[in-house]
Amino acid sequence: MSIGHTLLGLLESGPRHGYDLKRAFDEHFGHDRPLHYGQVYSTMSRLLKNGLVEVDGVEAGAGPERKRYAITDAGVTDVAQWLARPEKPEPYLQSTLYTKVVLALLTGRDAAELLDTQRTEHLRLMRGLTERKRKGDLADQLICDHALFHLEADLRWLELTAARLDKLAAVIGS
Amino acid sequence: MTPAGSLLTARALHKAYGSTPALDGADFSIHPGEVVAVMGPSGSGKSTLLHCLAGIIRPDSGSVLYGSRDLSQMSDAQRSALRRSDFGFVFQFGQLVPELTCLENVALPLRLNGVKRKEAEERSLEWLERLEVGEVRAKRPGEVSGGQGQRVAVARALAARPRVIFADEPTGALDSLNGERVMTLLTEAARGTNAAVVLVTHEARVAAYSDREVVVRDGQAREMAGLA
Repeated sequence: MSIGHTLLGLLESGPRHGYDLKRAFDEHFGHDRPLHYGQVYSTMSRLLKNGLVEVDGVEAGAGPERKRYAITDAGVTDVAQWLARPEKPEPYLQSTLYTKVVLALLTGRDAAELLDTQRTEHLRLMRGLTERKRKGDLADQLICDHALFHLEADLRWLELTAARLDKLAAVIGS
Repeated sequence: MTPAGSLLTARALHKAYGSTPALDGADFSIHPGEVVAVMGPSGSGKSTLLHCLAGIIRPDSGSVLYGSRDLSQMSDAQRSALRRSDFGFVFQFGQLVPELTCLENVALPLRLNGVKRKEAEERSLEWLERLEVGEVRAKRPGEVSGGQGQRVAVARALAARPRVIFADEPTGALDSLNGERVMTLLTEAARGTNAAVVLVTHEARVAAYSDREVVVRDGQAREMAGLA
């Protein structure tokens, strides 16, 4: 999963402190693996350096200064490009796709469109493998079948998620 | 207006069953020799789209152009004649006539089109052999396996040299190996005769035999342009 893009996406709804970002990340995506504070701050300093976020305000306190981050126009474009770009189809990428679907819903983008785009990308790869299988020997057929079955599993997940988008939107919006 | 070179074109199809809309402005087009997969969730309108394209049912509104003829303006008899002469059909369960032998089943569309028995059976045997089931020619559908029966159904769909083949979940009742073989033989034979194939399926591995896919959702058909 791209933590940078995910944090950027979470900033689209408004500026947040690093702590708020971590909490939002853990709530949506970190069920099994919560984000470390160190990861948040190292990622934010990289995003800052690349002009994708800016410091919106600094609060002085008893401890270290608390910076509030805001996404820049370049950051919004970067998130949009990441969401629109299909993942390279490979086995077990559901977690990235899940993140994209949730972020699309959280940011008011068309999650069904994202799933359609991914389906097209998967089918394109499956067509190539089917053609290779048709022309190939048994080893080719078995190797291609292994990939085809995994890709088919992804597609079944895509279809199921497409059918549940309204429900998912209601759950994450509540 | 039809897309250049398209064989079958549907525009703005609407069809409702009672108060339930099945198609809600669906568009579709296919070229000779092209295999197009029609995908989408159950109840999305896939089969209704296929039935409208094939002239089996008439849409409430919209047009289905086959060449220069509008199927939605043709009488039932005219559409039946067109289906016999120009279209072939493969369904999930072969829907072979149980009283006839496999050879007679394949020859049936030819006989209905006026081809003499001897010629019809010779041509049918060629297709059975091409579909790798020549040995079942004298058997009745109840005496052959599901995979063999479906190959017989594909042979029947192809024997009359249709210009469009409509296949509705053609491998739905088959295991993986038989399903693959049927798809390979169906698509190779169709491409070899420059026939177009409208392939309704919910299985991605079957859709992967197509040249492109159209996704039907909530009664609307969407052509996926691809990202190449």
